[in-house]
Amino acid sequence: MGEPVLEMRGIVKSFGSKLANDHIDLSIMPGEIHALLGENGAGKSTLMNVLLGIYKPNSGDIYYKGKLVNIRSPRHAVDLGIGMVHQHFHLIPTLTAAENIFLYSSSCPVFLDRKKMEEKIAECSSEFHLDIDPSAKIWQMSVGEQQRVEIIKLLYRGADILILDEPSAILTAREAADMFKILRKMADSGKSVVVISHKINEVMQFADRITVLRSGRVEDTMVAADATVERLTKAIVGNRTLVQQKNTGSSAGEELVLELKNISAKNDRNVEILKNISFKIHRGEIFGIAGVAGNGQRELCEVVAGLRKSESGSVILGGEDISSLNAKQRIDKKIAFIPEDRRSMGLVMEMNMDDNRILKEYRTEKFSRRGFIRHKAVSEQVDAEIRQHDIKIVGKDTPVSFMSGGNQQKLIVAREIGGDPAVIIAAYPSRGLDMGAAETVRDILLDQCRKGVAVLLVSEELDELFQMSDRIGVLCSGEMLAVMDRDKADYETLGRLMSGERLEV
Amino acid sequence: MRGLKYRIRFEKREKISTLRVLLVTLLCVALALVFCGIIIAATGFEPLKVYREMFLKSFLSQKGFQKMLTASLPLIFCSLGVALAFRMNLNNIGAEGQYAIGVIAGGAFVFYGPHIEGFPGILLLALCCFLGGALWASIAAIPKALWNVNESITTLLMNYIALEILTYLCLGPWKMSGQNVAQTERIPEGLDLPELHVFGFDISVGIIIGIIAAVIIYIVYKHTTGGYELNVISHSTKSAEYAGMNIKRNVILVLAVSGGLAGLGGFAQYSGVTHRIMEGMPNGVGYTAIVVAYLSRLNPLVVVIVSLLFVGLQNSTVYVQIMGVSVRIASMMQGAIMLFVIAGEFFQRYRIIVTGKEVAAE
Repeated sequence: MGEPVLEMRGIVKSFGSKLANDHIDLSIMPGEIHALLGENGAGKSTLMNVLLGIYKPNSGDIYYKGKLVNIRSPRHAVDLGIGMVHQHFHLIPTLTAAENIFLYSSSCPVFLDRKKMEEKIAECSSEFHLDIDPSAKIWQMSVGEQQRVEIIKLLYRGADILILDEPSAILTAREAADMFKILRKMADSGKSVVVISHKINEVMQFADRITVLRSGRVEDTMVAADATVERLTKAIVGNRTLVQQKNTGSSAGEELVLELKNISAKNDRNVEILKNISFKIHRGEIFGIAGVAGNGQRELCEVVAGLRKSESGSVILGGEDISSLNAKQRIDKKIAFIPEDRRSMGLVMEMNMDDNRILKEYRTEKFSRRGFIRHKAVSEQVDAEIRQHDIKIVGKDTPVSFMSGGNQQKLIVAREIGGDPAVIIAAYPSRGLDMGAAETVRDILLDQCRKGVAVLLVSEELDELFQMSDRIGVLCSGEMLAVMDRDKADYETLGRLMSGERLEV
Repeated sequence: MRGLKYRIRFEKREKISTLRVLLVTLLCVALALVFCGIIIAATGFEPLKVYREMFLKSFLSQKGFQKMLTASLPLIFCSLGVALAFRMNLNNIGAEGQYAIGVIAGGAFVFYGPHIEGFPGILLLALCCFLGGALWASIAAIPKALWNVNESITTLLMNYIALEILTYLCLGPWKMSGQNVAQTERIPEGLDLPELHVFGFDISVGIIIGIIAAVIIYIVYKHTTGGYELNVISHSTKSAEYAGMNIKRNVILVLAVSGGLAGLGGFAQYSGVTHRIMEGMPNGVGYTAIVVAYLSRLNPLVVVIVSLLFVGLQNSTVYVQIMGVSVRIASMMQGAIMLFVIAGEFFQRYRIIVTGKEVAAE
């Protein structure tokens, strides 16, 4: 196989006391597709950011084409020949493909000769069958085409190593298959491709070699031919013992609270993202949704909260069909929602705590009378909740944007349980929080559950799901692949389901 | 060798105190005056003398103050309307046209409506003007709410239509008979907006209505659930949807009320000052209102004060003309004050930190 084109040796990168990369060795051969597999937080993105010069490693060396290099910035990286296609494209929608590509190239002339420009690009794209219309505007393109423009951008700039972050996550199955064919062509021509992925099946199909990261370390690395689903799953989730269950299950009752029947829904790009989803949540029960983000979780929460119309199916609350009710009516029906977009949806960052506290309840007797807000009542309520949940404040009149993430989340949770909910939708409630805040949020949810609230918990962390849930459903590509009791579930099964494997029944 | 390396950093302030806003704004106005003073001096006049004359005559003399009160009437209402829309991130550039249509609706009531005079008549006249302006704004508001059609463009373009209609009416069907002037007959005196005589000033009831309107808008924003909704929507439509607020209804409502206020500006001028409709009656007030709204930071109470000061500044040029100073000086001062104050906003929001670092020189 020859010399590796790129070698990362002993990369260590820490954030505070957390080791994100713990002595990672990775070598990339010319002409190979190398898959990087691992859970969220395993260190994949950190490693790639080190490679691109976004992060400076604490220690470790990078050898590129046999020479020790010190990569200072993504620009420096791409000058060397290392480029990355991010999940969110960096393209200017109102410009054409050709203009975007030229803008990125190192020799963008002051006066553009469109014709020559487009010819050059056509030449470059036909070599790898990267079908695009160079004169089409980006906003008119499908996501698949946009991705190809991103790839050409890097090729045109002279990249020899292409890194793709979850390239298939946003594509349809057909588009994904086409893309992998293109990647194979590029590898055959001697370029190296690194693909960050979650999907075991996909990786086994198209990669030459696979490296699995777990908790910042290289857990396993193998030639694709040697890979089996068992070996990969084990490497990804490890031999973990189940965490202590926090939810004793004693509160779960018989009474049905929330039921989804055959729900289908489209995402913002008008693609069907939820396919025939059905489940039930009982009084005092926590129903966990496991799965990699972007598989329909956001849309599922929004459908239940009334923020997104379902294409078909019904949402039933306490025996009543609430499918036709809007967001306000569902708030009145006591459906609480802790959204994943804390900063853009859950809170109004420019407003202070008091104003954020009444976001859902400003019309109620408690906080307003005859259309006038009872500022004093609001303020007293917030003071009480600050003490109760130990919320650290910056100042009561200060915009909440100055609070820490954990305290912001506590404020949201306090607000959502403040309305005496029947159902709580909790989307990634502890994501990005420090340990203490995460524990507080979990404890509050469990407490609510003991009071009889039905909780829909969406999370990417298996530990959290095992700790909290009575039952766990796995969402993958918009389908509920399985629903199992917490006692009957284990990491391996869930891990396999999350990566799209169907269990044989 | 060792040297000091200075670094300048800008840090966002957590809280912006009212006092700081006031001080920075005053400082910026002072700087603008210094800037204009240099130019005045360059044209061969003594800036201090010019300023003194302007200030004394237009703000401190009884005649000047009276003129300021009267002339500021339509501007107060239009600025309140524009500020209201701006707070919701709705760029209502159409106060000029809404003013014109407001006057036309009022004229329609006077010419074709029932002959009611006195208080009920004035009230009906005001209502017609308000509805005229509101309706005109709604033509832009509804497409904005339903299909997100850019309201800056629609409201602006509709100004030209409104002004043409006004011209047509003043030269055509509504033209005062017998004279070759593009204006209508005088309204019956029973429809004149009454004036109060206090301390030797004639204070139009319009000013009082304007102040009351400003206070109401302020209270609505600060203390009501409706105002709270507007606040949330203006900061984050995503949060507003999440809270179950009806954004479309609020967009239409706010733009309509904004237009209605501009229409009331027309009413104040029609019933309180000119007593007849004239060609080109808004006379740019709808555009000045945009500047006033910005300078007031969209605060309705401040709008009233800034409107008065602005009109006073405009009037002051008449007095210095006698000294030979160009009338254009007022435009220059307006422009300079606006630029300086808006630039000064940066220093209200950010704190400047200079850190010195000792470095070894090479």
